[in-house]
Amino acid sequence: MADPIPDDRQLFDYVLRLADNGVVLAQRLGEWVGKGPALEEDIALTNVGLDLLGQGRMWLAYAREIEARHAPPGRDEDDLAFLRDSGEFRNLLLVEQPNGNYADTMARQFLFDQWHALLLRALSGSKDGRIAAIAAKAGKEVRYHVERSADWVVRLGDGTGLSHRRMQDAIDALWMYTGEMFAVDAVERQLIAAGVAADAAALREPWRSSVAAVLAEATLATPADGWMQGMNGRGGKQGLHTEHFGHMLAEMQILARSYPGARW
Amino acid sequence: MSSEWPLWEIFIRSQHGLAHKHVGSLHAPDAEMAIRSARDVYTRRNEGVSIWVARSADIHASSPGDKEALFEPSNDKVYRHPTFFPMPEEVKHI
Repeated sequence: MADPIPDDRQLFDYVLRLADNGVVLAQRLGEWVGKGPALEEDIALTNVGLDLLGQGRMWLAYAREIEARHAPPGRDEDDLAFLRDSGEFRNLLLVEQPNGNYADTMARQFLFDQWHALLLRALSGSKDGRIAAIAAKAGKEVRYHVERSADWVVRLGDGTGLSHRRMQDAIDALWMYTGEMFAVDAVERQLIAAGVAADAAALREPWRSSVAAVLAEATLATPADGWMQGMNGRGGKQGLHTEHFGHMLAEMQILARSYPGARW
Repeated sequence: MSSEWPLWEIFIRSQHGLAHKHVGSLHAPDAEMAIRSARDVYTRRNEGVSIWVARSADIHASSPGDKEALFEPSNDKVYRHPTFFPMPEEVKHI
């Protein structure tokens, strides 16, 4: 089958990667609604989810514009979020990991937020005006996310014996999903050369040092870089997801798929 | 139980006012987190430009039973209100 949007295929894929990180992590955070450890935390965490959902919508709206240049009118935000199958999602494996306990959720958030802030800062200088504008707007929200999740890592890491152990376990378990954040594949390589995409590999050192600083303050050990999931073009960014993703997506999409065009 | 987070009273200064107004309360382990939570619980719709938090336990209140003793005497002393001063014509904006 001929590619309907040959010229912009890479840009479309890249924008979907940005969009799907927000949409998928927002869905995970939304699973905490009504179950947070305290009312205040329930509201705060899901507010972060809403921020990410809003960012996801902005990226999806741009993805639609790109698609519409070649195959008008293009799929809208709802179609892209609720009618794509798991193989078409381009999010990082990290953000689809299950919520687990509160340390698991905050560790996932912390590892992602630190990377997300660096990525958006780099993207705010993109030669693609739309990418630069969305990244600048999202960056303001993410600066708050970074503070919040780092604060929780320190509180739990440097808290009780139990909270320390759980936070260390969470960081250790999620570490193998962090390599993918810095892996550059063919989709990104050309866009980086064109000044459109951010060079993810260049974010690795700043990410490592700020993550290690927070972990040290939290009296936690920074894991050694061992084997990483989703590398060599076989990860979430290419549409290959972990076993948890299909279940999450089923819950996220069931309404839209059962009642096509449903409104409220 | 001592592991319960203490209660904090939240004061928000809105876009249009100079004073911080009491908006409600929430539980938090310390002041820093009380401010963060206040941001999420009370300012999500762009209500505020500044947040104050104070431990509820540090706020001392007058007793409702003292209402008469505290406030009623002012009702029959009209001379406490500055309504008996003739204002010169040339003074504006009073």
